Amino acid sequence: MTLSSIDALTEKDSDGFGIDVPPDERPVRGRRSLSRNGLIWRRLKAMPRFWIGGSVLTFLVLFAFVGPVLSPYTFSQQDVMYFNYPPTTVHWFGTDQLGHDVLTQVMVGLQKSLMIGFIAGPLATILSALIGSFAGYVGGAADKAIVWFIDLMLVLPAFFVLIILYPFFRGASWIVMTFFLALTGWMIMAQVVRSQTRSLRERDFVKAARYMGFGPWSVVTRHIIPNVASLLIIDATLGVGAMILAETSLSFFGFGVQLPDVSLGSLLDAGDAAAVTRPWLFLAPAIVVVVLLLAINLVGDALRDAVDPTSKVNHG
Amino acid sequence: MAERRAGTPLLEVRNLSVTFPQASGDVRAVRDISYTISEGEFLGIVGESGSGKSVSSLAIMGLLPDNARVEGEILFQGRSLLRLDDRELSRIRGKELSIIFQDPLSALTPVYTIGDQIGEALRLHDRTLTRQAAETRAVELLRIVGIPDPVRRVKAFPHEFSGGMRQRAMIAMAIANNPRLIIADEPTTALDVTIQAQILEVLEEAKRITGAAVSLITHDLGVIAGHADRVAVMYAGKLVELGAVDDVFYEPTMPYTIGLLRSVPNIRTAGTERLVQLEGRPPSLAALPPGCPFAARCPVAIPRCSVDEPELVPHGTDLSHPSACHRADEIAAGTLPRPAIFPRPEPLPIADRAPVDDAVVLSVTDMVKHFPLTRGGVFRRRIGTVRAVDGVSFEIAAGRTLAIVGESGCGKTTTILELMELTAPQRGSIVVEGRDVATLTATQRRALRSDIQIVFQDPAAAVDPRLPVGEVIGEPLVAQRVPREVRDRRVAELLELVGLDAAMADRYPHEFSGGQRQRIGIARGLATDPRILVLDEPVSALDVSIQAGVINLLQDLRDALGLSLVFVAHDLAVVRQIADDVAVMYLGRIVEHGPIATVFDDPKHPYTQALMSAAPIPDPAAERERSRVLLDGDLPSPAQEITGCRFRTRCPLYKLLDEAAQARCIGEDPALQPKDGVSVACHHVERNTLVVG
Repeated sequence: MTLSSIDALTEKDSDGFGIDVPPDERPVRGRRSLSRNGLIWRRLKAMPRFWIGGSVLTFLVLFAFVGPVLSPYTFSQQDVMYFNYPPTTVHWFGTDQLGHDVLTQVMVGLQKSLMIGFIAGPLATILSALIGSFAGYVGGAADKAIVWFIDLMLVLPAFFVLIILYPFFRGASWIVMTFFLALTGWMIMAQVVRSQTRSLRERDFVKAARYMGFGPWSVVTRHIIPNVASLLIIDATLGVGAMILAETSLSFFGFGVQLPDVSLGSLLDAGDAAAVTRPWLFLAPAIVVVVLLLAINLVGDALRDAVDPTSKVNHG
Repeated sequence: MAERRAGTPLLEVRNLSVTFPQASGDVRAVRDISYTISEGEFLGIVGESGSGKSVSSLAIMGLLPDNARVEGEILFQGRSLLRLDDRELSRIRGKELSIIFQDPLSALTPVYTIGDQIGEALRLHDRTLTRQAAETRAVELLRIVGIPDPVRRVKAFPHEFSGGMRQRAMIAMAIANNPRLIIADEPTTALDVTIQAQILEVLEEAKRITGAAVSLITHDLGVIAGHADRVAVMYAGKLVELGAVDDVFYEPTMPYTIGLLRSVPNIRTAGTERLVQLEGRPPSLAALPPGCPFAARCPVAIPRCSVDEPELVPHGTDLSHPSACHRADEIAAGTLPRPAIFPRPEPLPIADRAPVDDAVVLSVTDMVKHFPLTRGGVFRRRIGTVRAVDGVSFEIAAGRTLAIVGESGCGKTTTILELMELTAPQRGSIVVEGRDVATLTATQRRALRSDIQIVFQDPAAAVDPRLPVGEVIGEPLVAQRVPREVRDRRVAELLELVGLDAAMADRYPHEFSGGQRQRIGIARGLATDPRILVLDEPVSALDVSIQAGVINLLQDLRDALGLSLVFVAHDLAVVRQIADDVAVMYLGRIVEHGPIATVFDDPKHPYTQALMSAAPIPDPAAERERSRVLLDGDLPSPAQEITGCRFRTRCPLYKLLDEAAQARCIGEDPALQPKDGVSVACHHVERNTLVVG
């Protein structure tokens, strides 16, 4: 390629992208103006954070759900040829003292953690939306009782409740733990939804709906929840990360997912004693946890900024 | 009229343009405007929101944001303001040139006392002034602007002042350094009409004392008519007409001004003729069409109007009255008569009107709504009562319109919200269509709701932003469990009825303008084919030219559907345009009630008289001849206990009475008594000699 042709190429490039208005910003004439969701999507698309977080997350989901199918081992299978082996071509992440393939264990553990996170996070959000908007809209004695209950739940340390209830949980399936996490994680958001609802309740369109003869349930589902939806979506996304973290911590201390199930937390628990001598046992799940939480929070953060551009306090 | 001094003008604006660069295209807020203000002159700048009237004045003060591109020349006493740096400009600002903002709450610093803030303004421009001397001067200034007990008030914080008092304090600050020019940017828009009258009076007084010129920016033609010497009309960033107030009001030569003047109701004549409505809306300042910006809305536009933009040039013999219109010569010469440009629309033909009987559809008797004032968290105790509505009675016959008027805080909105609850009031009774609402079951109440619907003030807040307008309009039908197909058909019908395109049902509220959204609100109110429509300030959030269209629509709908309207408003001219009867409220009570023409032409209660005389009239000659009944002070809080007549603390008549008569006002609460066809709640109607113009 000659020099001039390179010049021509770069020139063409700057013509296409540098000088011209990016296609999204170009005013569209004769078309419907962008809806709110369209606007959010447009802002989201412009954020590298969203794309990085989103693709890492997609990769991890595939890793967790497709990985075990492709893997030649199952997570509980023991390879008697390889006990305590460092990473090799046969076992990419090495093996533990019982000859389990660490890579497969991490994939299955991640699968469990993701499932718990993706169920418990949105579940907590749904709970907070229903309870918060009901309390805020109805007001009066019901509101007082709910606020009192929320405060009570907030002062009760979930971790100690779990330790006390541990005898009942022992041997129970991971589903029980998922619900436990959701039931202890909705309060703060419920308070936020409640205060939002209280201001929405004074808005004219909510008053109008009441004067049309709608009952509290219809008003909440038709007007209140759609108007706090963006908040709820963000909360659900960030909630997934928080729930995974909570699950990991609980399992790490032995109160969470029980054998034979594995999760990232129980893998960390199993590997932490050997962190110095056989680092692969600890590092593999630890890195996956860190990368996963980072990815989820990047997406949640991008979503929040797209919904509410004024929240960009720390981005200059 | 203020005297005019010869020589160079005080302020000269030459070819001023202000542009805000934006990614989606530059917003050209002000385009090439030129005007002058002479010493001691009162110039009114009038225009709708987005016409560039505020931006052009902020440019004079050098208060525009940094990204604004300002071109042209602004000469103040011969000095070019645009060439001064910020420090030099600061020496002029607040001394020679001062500004009064619309919202005095955000213009005053909450953490300093009023006295400190006035003192600061003084000491900034006079370093030798001592703190004590500044405070003494501040007290003096507060006295000038009519703040009672200034020695004590000078130590008060802004939040301890009412809106009207804050605006007075702002005026005190503005005149502190004897400025040559005071720019007042919508100084009374946030205030009640009686307070507005007081503030404008103070502004006139301040102007008289300092001899300063005033540039008053407003959207209210009545305020301009009553105070300005000259008027500048702005439209889409352009100055479109400029001239002496009489010339512009009586012989306008720009179709926009003509339309605007014919679209505002006049409190003296409203209701006798229809309002002219200006179709369409102003063009987007980011994408201005070629030619005259008004061409698209102008009924007499010629092909030339959409090609080249007319210059602001004099027409006819009067050189002091230029306007920007290609056909202004024809208008000035009379070959294009003004009424022919914007003819008044015909009222609905009798044949199209719904037949109505005289049946009473709504009757409210002695309704009470008190709110407890409580203090403390866990153990709440009652420390007082807000008597928002305190014994209100009225009734409405089919096809009639009742207006409830009064200042903010008088309880008019609480009255209708309490009515809309359709539950038993704290005292008294509400009877809708012959049924006492206290006796209704939940199912009956829901069914009755289809007979009484409400339209709110702020069209932006009244519709759920998350629902397409078809859903919004059909919502009352959902509540009445009407099947989907019937609903969709009705929504299309309603959109047509309020003058919107039925194909717009899929769109979201944010795609509509304010006026269109108010039409959506009205369509929703009509969805269930109600007998009664309750309107809470339905036009006060709209621009003047849009307002007329909504009023006309409401009139037509009322006549075509045989509706009864309950119309709550503070704009008396609008009320007179549409209502048959009026109830004037003061602190939770009706003080005067009767047919609107009788009440407005011959008000009997001193409060009604004050309201009437405070309402500006968009007619300079009428404004000059008026004698005013001004009220003292602000509306007392409804939590305050006032024995006897509630109005006596502000009553101008009370002050004129002898002691025995005053004792009756203090001791006895007046009830509504019939008097010459209306009902009045005043002990001394017979003695009322106050003259209202």
